[in-house]
Amino acid sequence: MSILIDENTKVVVQGLTGREGQFHALRNRDYGTKIVAGTRPGKGGENVEGIPIFDDVEKAVSETDANVALTFVPPAFAKDAVLEAAFGGCELIVCITEGIPAKDEAEMYDILKKETKASLLGPNCPGLISPGKANVGIMPHEITLPGNIGVVSRSGTLTYQAVHELTNLNIGQSTCIGIGGDPVPGMSFIDVIEKFQADSETEGIVMIGEIGGTAEEEAADFIKQNVTKPVVSYIAGVTAPPGKKNGPRRSNCFR
Amino acid sequence: MDLFEYQGKSLYQKFNINHPKSKLIENLNDLNEPINLDFPIVVKAQVQVGGRGKAGGIKVAKDITQLTQYSEEILGMDIKGHKVEILLLEEASNILEEYYISFTLDRSEKKYLIMLSAKGGMDIEQVAEENPDDLVKFHVSPSEKLTSSTITELINKANLNKDHKESLSEIIENLYLMFTEGDCDLVEVNPLAITDNGVMALDSKVSLDINAKYKHPYFDDFEQEIPIPESEKNAKEKGLNFIKLDGSVGIIGNGAGLVMSTLDVVAENGGRAANFLDIGGGAKAETVSSALEVLEADQNVKSVLINIFGGITRCDLVAEGIIEATKGKELVWPIIIRLDGTNSLEGLEILKANPNEKIFIEESMDSAAKLAVQKGL
Repeated sequence: MSILIDENTKVVVQGLTGREGQFHALRNRDYGTKIVAGTRPGKGGENVEGIPIFDDVEKAVSETDANVALTFVPPAFAKDAVLEAAFGGCELIVCITEGIPAKDEAEMYDILKKETKASLLGPNCPGLISPGKANVGIMPHEITLPGNIGVVSRSGTLTYQAVHELTNLNIGQSTCIGIGGDPVPGMSFIDVIEKFQADSETEGIVMIGEIGGTAEEEAADFIKQNVTKPVVSYIAGVTAPPGKKNGPRRSNCFR
Repeated sequence: MDLFEYQGKSLYQKFNINHPKSKLIENLNDLNEPINLDFPIVVKAQVQVGGRGKAGGIKVAKDITQLTQYSEEILGMDIKGHKVEILLLEEASNILEEYYISFTLDRSEKKYLIMLSAKGGMDIEQVAEENPDDLVKFHVSPSEKLTSSTITELINKANLNKDHKESLSEIIENLYLMFTEGDCDLVEVNPLAITDNGVMALDSKVSLDINAKYKHPYFDDFEQEIPIPESEKNAKEKGLNFIKLDGSVGIIGNGAGLVMSTLDVVAENGGRAANFLDIGGGAKAETVSSALEVLEADQNVKSVLINIFGGITRCDLVAEGIIEATKGKELVWPIIIRLDGTNSLEGLEILKANPNEKIFIEESMDSAAKLAVQKGL
């Protein structure tokens, strides 16, 4: 087993006709992931490299039974796209888009939680991969190895670094997940760790955090009380100078 | 993006939030023109640092002589390393009561947080610590409206003066609109005051969500008015996320997490980073050559470590950027490169096809950091 995605996962890609969307969706498909549909308003009926395009997610779901949405649409349209995927019947939405305003994220999360059963991974995340089964997002699959360690991280590239090191040590992974570092992420460390704890195939968990905020502390409390599997954790930025802020993106780095 | 007080107050204007009548000046000649304000006038230094009052950056002038004198004193003053370039002249208010109110996003709860207290005009963290009951905290669901009955409840809970209930409600409602519709990360008013001229927001501490820039054209104007440290100007113009540090190993990486981790690994190997430079996701050849240019301006840099793990970023494009920036150039420092992830083989091939005696390729982040520290001694 793995968590959230496996060989039966069917993916609809929002923004498949864009440059990034197409590049990564085709990589995901080459890996063996079932990329069954793409959406782009007004382009229904066309196709990208054999993947049929639909006008909206609801149509894509009813035609192809897609259950996971992968979102690459630009920030200004991301909130509507994620909600469209949730109301269109996807149970998991993986939102790669970076730069969504915090208010849009907060509203989006609130509506998803109150009115749908869909889970959201991201925004501003690298997605997730269950090695040997499916890759939904932008993670480089070459560095992964099927196995029994669950990896969860707030950072994108640092996730790859950790997975790469595990693989070099011949330690395989059940599922690797980047939850993203935006102000209002969908799934939290706790949501993911809870699933790893319940997954029979996952034997241990690697959690990678960053300085700033309290998400890591909250996860630590949760682990202490609820997790019986071994958990290894690293928090990036221990040597970063304190109190650096004042720029728009800087506060994001030294959270 | 943290705003100056006067910028925050120009947003008050936009969102119909009552605040004192004011005027900005940048030099003393501005006082030769009619100022159209009634005395007494408060002269306020515009700096983005706390404690300006104690440092002598706020004074009340009774007449034009004092106004000129205080303006002269405060303009150009250095407050904790911040030079005063702009003064805000405001009609002084006769304050009857001082409250505190703020609006933020509570990341843990994923909801908006309103904090309100009848004990304004002082350090709110002290209030929260000494008398936590005096600080009313209330969460609002982001997809719901802040209703007037909720506002009334808040006013009652915080024990604000009920005689002013209506104008307090109105100002709180408008501040909330400014926070949400205006895409602010923070709106803090301390003090929110009851004065002879009604309820007024006397100060402003506002931070804007830069991701929402596309919705609000005025974000650009504010941004242009905020000075950038000289060392970071060049990077900023090139759209790079750069912070100057005080070591000698220049760092270029992709993704804030990986760059922070690179800083850690350099430190573990006995070195110190000269900077934090994140070229972000999906970087292209041009981004990488800009990053190298930015480091060239830093005299402290002795070696450069490029640590890339490709996800959305493609290593071949990064390698092209490195070659583009270094080809035919006498390199001032050695560059140690570690490429992994998406298209890393292609990237390494590009580097190998264009050898340079000052460019070194390492396989792991740790060995690359070790070499960068060694070469940077």
